[in-house]
Amino acid sequence: MKISPEKALAIATLARLEITPGQAATLGAQMDDILGYMDKLNELDTAEVEPMYTPVDQPGALRADEVTKEFPRSEILRNAPETDGQYFIVPRIV
Amino acid sequence: MSQLFDLSLTGIRDRLRAGDVSAEAATTACLERIAATEPAIDALLHVAGEAALDQARAMDAAGPDASRPLWGVPITIKDVLATMGMPTTCGSRILENFVPVYEAHCVSRLREAGAIILGKTNMDEFAMGSSTENSAYKLTKNPWNTGRVPGGSSGGSAASVAAGQCFASIGTDTGGSIRQPASFCGIVGLKPSYGRVSRRGLIAYGSSLDQAGPMTRTVADAAEILQVIAGHDPKDSTSVNAPVPDYLAGLGTDGSLKGLRLGLPEQYWGEGLSSEVDAACRAAIDLAASLGAEIVPVSLPHTEYAIATYYILAMAEASSNLARFDGVRYGHRSSKSSDLATMYTRSRCEGFGEEVMRRIMLGTYVLSAGYYDAYYRKAAQVRRLIRQDFLDALQSCDLLCGPACPTTAFAIGENTADPLQMYLTDIFTISLNLSGLPGLSLPVGLGADTGMPVGLQLFAGNMDEARLLAAAAALESNLPAMPAPPIA
Repeated sequence: MKISPEKALAIATLARLEITPGQAATLGAQMDDILGYMDKLNELDTAEVEPMYTPVDQPGALRADEVTKEFPRSEILRNAPETDGQYFIVPRIV
Repeated sequence: MSQLFDLSLTGIRDRLRAGDVSAEAATTACLERIAATEPAIDALLHVAGEAALDQARAMDAAGPDASRPLWGVPITIKDVLATMGMPTTCGSRILENFVPVYEAHCVSRLREAGAIILGKTNMDEFAMGSSTENSAYKLTKNPWNTGRVPGGSSGGSAASVAAGQCFASIGTDTGGSIRQPASFCGIVGLKPSYGRVSRRGLIAYGSSLDQAGPMTRTVADAAEILQVIAGHDPKDSTSVNAPVPDYLAGLGTDGSLKGLRLGLPEQYWGEGLSSEVDAACRAAIDLAASLGAEIVPVSLPHTEYAIATYYILAMAEASSNLARFDGVRYGHRSSKSSDLATMYTRSRCEGFGEEVMRRIMLGTYVLSAGYYDAYYRKAAQVRRLIRQDFLDALQSCDLLCGPACPTTAFAIGENTADPLQMYLTDIFTISLNLSGLPGLSLPVGLGADTGMPVGLQLFAGNMDEARLLAAAAALESNLPAMPAPPIA
C-alpha cells in the first residue's frame, strides 16, 4: 500500500485541504487503487519520447503588454468574502 | 412537429428571421418547456427568465437582424462558463454566490450573434465526473429514462437540449464531457480541436485538455454554433490563430459519403463494449459504407494506456488550477477560522465535494517531489505516443469512427461507489482530448436492450471540423429520425 492514512493526511496538507482520519483512510485506499491502475504506464518504454504538455504546436503566444483599466476596483472586489472597499481582507498574518 | 420547442435551431432561426415567430414567442416556448420538464429532469442551475424575456422583447421591437446568425434563438450555457450578471457556480458550493465580472469569450460571441441566454446548466462539480452525479446542487435525470444518468460532466446541457428546453447548449469537454452526455441523451455533441474555441472565461479544470463546444439536436445546428464561437482570441494564449472555414457551406445536401475513407480503430470494438452499442454503431457504419464510404481498418495501439495517462495529467492540472479557490478574492470563506492557513484549508474543505478533493489530492501527489517523473512526466510522454497513434491512423483514412461510450446511459448510483470504475467509462473519449483533435457524437438510434440512445463518434484530424460535420450530416440525413424522448 502506497498511500497510508498518514501519507494521505500529509498530501492533504500540501494541497491545503483538511481531512479527518476517517477520510484519510478512505481516500488513501481509493488513491491506492487509482495509482495502482496508473502504474500500467510503466509497461511502456518512453526513454526516447519527448513529453507532450499541450496539444498546441507553439504555445504561449504573447500579446503586447499594454496596461488597460478594464474593471473598476469595486467590480473586482464585489465577489470577495471580506473587503474594506479598497483591498481584500484576510485574517491577521503577523 | 406541432410545437416550437420541437424545432431545430436552424428551423427556429429561419422562422425568427422571416418574422413568422417573435423572439418573445420562442423564449416563452422554451420557458414553458422548462417549467413542464424541469421537475422531472433537473437540468438547470439557474433560469434567467425575466432577463431573457426583456431581451427578446427589445429585439422584437428592433426587428429581425439577418446579419446576426442566432438572432432570437434561446440557448443555455454550462455553468462552468462565465456569464455576466448570472451566477456561475461550476456545480460547486465554493462558488455558490459567484457572479463573474467578465464574460466567457464564447458567450460574448453568442450574444453578439443574437442568442438569448436562458440559463445555466447543471454539471459535475468543476466538470469532474461522467454522470453529473457530482453536482453539489442537484441530480440531473436523463429525459429518456429518469432512472438513468444524463452522462457528464455536461449532463445538464445534454438533458436540457434533449428535452427541448432550449435550441442549443454550450458544453465543455475535458475527457468526453460533451460527447458522452450527448451520446447518453441522443443529441449531437461536438468537441472542437484544442485551441479552436477560446477558453477565456471557461473556469479551468485541465487547461491542456478543456474545450467548449456545441450540444444540439442536429448536425447543422452544431455547425451554426461552431461558426459563431470558433476563432482566435488574443486573450487566450492557447487559442489558435487560424482561419475559420465556412462550416455550413461544407454540409453536403446529397447525403453521399463517396470518396470518404472511414477508419475503424480495432481497439474500439472489443472487450467491454455492450452488444447493443456495438450493433447500433455497426449498423451506422454499414450505412456509411452503403453511402459510398470506404471502410478502412486502423489501429490505435496505445488506447489501453489512455485512461491512466488522462487521469494523471487531468488531476495534476486540476490540483494546480483549483489552488486559486482560497476564500480570499471570491468564493466561499469558512467562518470557523482565525488564522490564514486554517482559513484556506477550511474554506476549501467546506466548499469542495468529495470527487474534487480526491482529484486535487491525486494531482498533488503525482506532482510532488519524487513522484513527478514517475507519473506526470511519464504520462506526458505517453500522451505523445497516443497522439502519434491518431496521426498515423489518419495517414490511411480521412476520419476515424467508433462508439462514443461502451454502454448506453447507466443507472443513477450504479458507478458512484467506485471512482475508478467511473473513470473507466471514459475509455473512448479521452484519447481525443489528449491528442487535441476534434470529435463528434452522433445519435444513431436506440439500443436494443435498454431502449436508450446510442452515439457514434467520429474523429478528425486537427482543425478538420468541416469534414467531421459534413460526414456526420450526410450520415444523419440517411438515418431514421431520432424520436423525441418520452418526457411530458
